[in-house]
Amino acid sequence: MIATLSLPFLAKKPIDLPPIVSIELIQITDKTNIPFAPKAKKIIEKVKKEKERVVSEQAPPKKVKKEKPESVPLPDKEIEKIEEIEEKKQNPEKIDTEVKQVSEFEKKELFDPNNIAALIDKSKEDLAETTEKTNKVTQSQDRNVEVNKLTLSEEDALKAQIFGCWSIPLGLPYNENLLVRIKLKLKPDGSVIKSEILDHARMNKPGQGFYKVLAESALRAIRLCQPLRVPSTGYERWKDLQLNFDAREMLEG
Amino acid sequence: MIFLRTLIIILLLQFKANALIEVDITRGNLTPLPIAVSPLSSSTNSIDEFKRILKIEDVGSEISLVVENNLRQSGLFNPLQKDAFLQKPDIAHLKPRFEDWKLIKAQALITGKVEIIDEKLRVEFRLWDVLAAKEMLAIAFTTVPTNWRRVGHIITDKVYERLTGEKGYFDTRIIYVAEEGPKTKRIKKLAIMDQDGANTKYLTLGNELVLTPRFNPTNQMVTYLSYFRNLPRVYLLDIETGVQEVVGDFPGMTFAPRFSPDGKKIIMSFASDGNSDIYTMDLENRIVERITNHPSIDTSPSYSPDGKYICFNSDRSGYQQIYVMKSNGSSVKRISFGKGLYGTPVWSPRGDLIAFTKLHKGKFYIGVMRTDGSGERLLTENYYQEAPSWSPNGRVLVFYRETKTDSKGEGFSAKLWSIDLTGYNERQVPTKTDASDPSWSSLLSN
Repeated sequence: MIATLSLPFLAKKPIDLPPIVSIELIQITDKTNIPFAPKAKKIIEKVKKEKERVVSEQAPPKKVKKEKPESVPLPDKEIEKIEEIEEKKQNPEKIDTEVKQVSEFEKKELFDPNNIAALIDKSKEDLAETTEKTNKVTQSQDRNVEVNKLTLSEEDALKAQIFGCWSIPLGLPYNENLLVRIKLKLKPDGSVIKSEILDHARMNKPGQGFYKVLAESALRAIRLCQPLRVPSTGYERWKDLQLNFDAREMLEG
Repeated sequence: MIFLRTLIIILLLQFKANALIEVDITRGNLTPLPIAVSPLSSSTNSIDEFKRILKIEDVGSEISLVVENNLRQSGLFNPLQKDAFLQKPDIAHLKPRFEDWKLIKAQALITGKVEIIDEKLRVEFRLWDVLAAKEMLAIAFTTVPTNWRRVGHIITDKVYERLTGEKGYFDTRIIYVAEEGPKTKRIKKLAIMDQDGANTKYLTLGNELVLTPRFNPTNQMVTYLSYFRNLPRVYLLDIETGVQEVVGDFPGMTFAPRFSPDGKKIIMSFASDGNSDIYTMDLENRIVERITNHPSIDTSPSYSPDGKYICFNSDRSGYQQIYVMKSNGSSVKRISFGKGLYGTPVWSPRGDLIAFTKLHKGKFYIGVMRTDGSGERLLTENYYQEAPSWSPNGRVLVFYRETKTDSKGEGFSAKLWSIDLTGYNERQVPTKTDASDPSWSSLLSN
């Protein structure tokens, strides 16, 4: 019974970004050529030549007859999709599971000796809290609960690694709900077997452009960081991991 | 019953024991994204055509340089050195070897090709996510060949939007007052250029003083102030056609005409009956309406993007501060309370912030605050700087900065500068002459 219930019954098929990008064709109107500027130049030269002549009291150039803009259609009317990209092989749906390039961030240990005290204190607080909450359960049950989370130092190591890899798109609005949750399946060495955006449907909804940008940046961070800095033991514990990317704190400045 | 309770407790505990480990990532880095901008490839025939039509050897490389420069200036991207590229541009455009681009630490890649077809320039580009080995964007443009720089700007806008989530600001222009000559005898001309400083054109001759040019947010119209027989006169100028008209002559001390968001009105301040107040003029029927009526000096009005509110500066509290009111002049509320004097408030096109100039202890600051006055942030400090103007996406401000004159009366200069909302990306905007009073246009395309 217990074994049945402990199955990952919420597992979904991994979905990734839509691979097909069609070419959008746009005609650009000729707005760069300012028609009166050459005329102004001529006038300036004329004025220089005829220094003694009285110049008009009015500073700006004379009115110029309205010229018809070059007969290039408006961009909006000309947009058409012309072709699909020729090779879908270039857009694999699977996430590259073979990437084993060690991130440069992994080499740098983000260790701050000044924070040891804080970590110990937090650990104590956390332990005390957990003990209080679970003081009515048996010892074996207590061990189960403890086992299924990362320790503070393990979590900090992973966070520090991903902080370094995640380039936050600065154009995102700080006042919108833009939490991206990504479920990962990991190898024992921290490489990513598959990644799944939990709210994937939102990616392609109209008006969710910001969410898509944030989700893509989060996926880039994971790919750049892998293999992730995971604990050396307890693979069963963390082989499935969920990362919640939330940029609001950074965007608020 | 006891059995059922025990079972539920066991199940809950078991469920908790197998719950997915979650880690919250709330911080990241703000370092510019490494991006490779491969030169746009061309066929031999097209290269000959470029030489014939544009007198440019390799327009593909030139366009990629425009894109690269734009991305670098934004402060959000780090275009990688082309010397490090391992793959040829034409092959990369067909099928990038992502491993090669990963090697040089590129996270995104831009490839493309450019050709001349029936005397028209056709540019096609693709944006690739290197880490995901995936195409993100593919767009082709056709235009007249002389528009090749604009194509570079539009490509940058598309890439910027795809990677940051907000509209770009590269296919835009800046209008400003070009200044030449000694400080005591300046010649001031109206000038316009692309946002990157290219394609400078002078719009007036410099015979009369011109001040405060401002773009219409909906089109390529400009309003500015010039003096005719020592009286301020407000002009309207159509950049596309060169057609210009006089909006009206106004009493002395007229300041900073600026368009309403729908482009149908001009708002400005001028002195009437010895008192400076804010007025609007309807451009269709030329009816002038008084908005403020207060014995203090009210100037520098600027509409909110929805047109419902106006911010302005006033000394009604004794010192010059920023106020916000409804567009009919009611519900006036002071929003700046910091030390020093506040002026030239400008409402962001995004609606969330107001940019301003602040004078405090002899230093000038450009800063931003929320529309209720909270969250004041000073972005840059200098000897003298003022007149911020927003990029159309509300992320960057352009303003002008003057340098101090030395004891011999020399060394004075006025230049345009830009700074983004982070306050870290401050850059001089190249201009051919000294420059002041910049105003940023809306996007030319879209």
